[in-house]
Amino acid sequence: MAQSEQEILAGLADIVNEITGVAVADIASEKSFTDDLDIDSLSMVEVVMAAEEKFGVTIPDEEVKNLVTVGDAVSYIAKASA
Amino acid sequence: MSTNNKTRVVVTGLGATTPVGGTAVSTWSALLAGQSGVRTITDEWAADLPVNFAGVAAVDPADVLDRVEARKLDRIAQFALVAAREAWADAGLTTVDPVRLGVSVATGIGGALTLLSSWDAMQKSGPRRVSPHTIPMLMPNSAAATVGIEFTARAGVHTPVAACASGAESMAQGLEMIRSGRADVVVVGGTEACVHPLPLAAFASMMALSRRNDDPASASRPWDKARDGFVFAEGCAILILESFEHAQARGARMYAEVAGAGLTSDGSDSMVQPDPTGAGATRAIEAALKDAGASPDDVVHVNAHATSTPQGDIAEALAIRNALGSAIDGACVTSTKSMTGHLLGAAGAVESIAVVKAIYERLVPPTINLDDPEDGLGLDIVTGSPRTLRDGSIVALNNSFGFGGHNVALAFRSI
Repeated sequence: MAQSEQEILAGLADIVNEITGVAVADIASEKSFTDDLDIDSLSMVEVVMAAEEKFGVTIPDEEVKNLVTVGDAVSYIAKASA
Repeated sequence: MSTNNKTRVVVTGLGATTPVGGTAVSTWSALLAGQSGVRTITDEWAADLPVNFAGVAAVDPADVLDRVEARKLDRIAQFALVAAREAWADAGLTTVDPVRLGVSVATGIGGALTLLSSWDAMQKSGPRRVSPHTIPMLMPNSAAATVGIEFTARAGVHTPVAACASGAESMAQGLEMIRSGRADVVVVGGTEACVHPLPLAAFASMMALSRRNDDPASASRPWDKARDGFVFAEGCAILILESFEHAQARGARMYAEVAGAGLTSDGSDSMVQPDPTGAGATRAIEAALKDAGASPDDVVHVNAHATSTPQGDIAEALAIRNALGSAIDGACVTSTKSMTGHLLGAAGAVESIAVVKAIYERLVPPTINLDDPEDGLGLDIVTGSPRTLRDGSIVALNNSFGFGGHNVALAFRSI
């Protein structure tokens, strides 16, 4: 079942908060995982794993490098789960 | 007082998290009070094991640390971080020149819990569900590295591995790092965390563990005729070692001097059986005293390895008698493992804290559960209540031995 981008953003924010401790309020579409949220490469892998579980999608390893911002990830998940 | 020309090294900070207390302070109080930290494991997985009790940490480190911080650390590193922060604060350290700061935090087993849980996750959900933190968490040096990152240590971060002598080896390595001029301050210690069905079953399979399932608190009974093996335990102890000069310059409190270390190996034909003559252990004690510029007559106390195994306790008693000779009458002996259980790679560090505190407070904790001592031990073992140590300059020893034939004796002197 397709989810709205807003629902995906909220779900992703929970995941990022759980793994990295970044406050949910700071997690917005335009934020870069690396530069703005200070998420290291291993934690990013964890975020992707948790997102795959939560949204029932597969995010191939070679796609992960293209997910620069939170918005990139939300769009990818929205498309993959459509 | 120094009796040789070696750089003096002192202990200025103590931290611990053990089966008897979540801090070094509470651990020491519990040891003086003769409290056992050994208890039945109530988790479902323990029900069918041949041994279902252990020295479980009094305080879960994951409850002390920040949640996000804890989830990326194996329990060995969680313990180490908790104890290291206590030791660092206790030493009153604020900033140390990073290139003069080292770390040596030992472990006997390493990040076993992470290895086992990651394998479980992989079997259940496949390779894509294996955490990317698995390797940095399971590697044995993860605890030392975590401590090194915490305090920005750049003079070298190390992890000695010598089974149950590991924690004592870290003390010896820290001593050497300062003496050789590589560091002014070294954070040393040992950590262990593998209370899990597999290690418990494996040690039980070796017939190494006590089977006293009906009365866990009395299972660790060094030198008692009814002893039937050691008690598996977890936890960590961390000490801040510092050159005397560095400590003096900043006006630090000095608990005791790490005066000498003696390291030997048995070279015998068994991986796990102690040499019944205790010759390697005797040589380690003699070497520690020589390194400290001390004589057997200076020794007032020995914190023994004494794990409550039938052969090991006897061999060590012989080794202590042979090393101290007629001076044995002036040295009281205790086994704090009677209360903590055996923390494997952390044991030497926990017991170093017990010795350092014994020297500083002139009080030796009792050995509990020693109801019916072996005949002919020839040791003055402290039982019942703490023993007071005499005034003046004194020396105390800590022994640690490990599977593989590793023997480490450490000599501490009052300031």
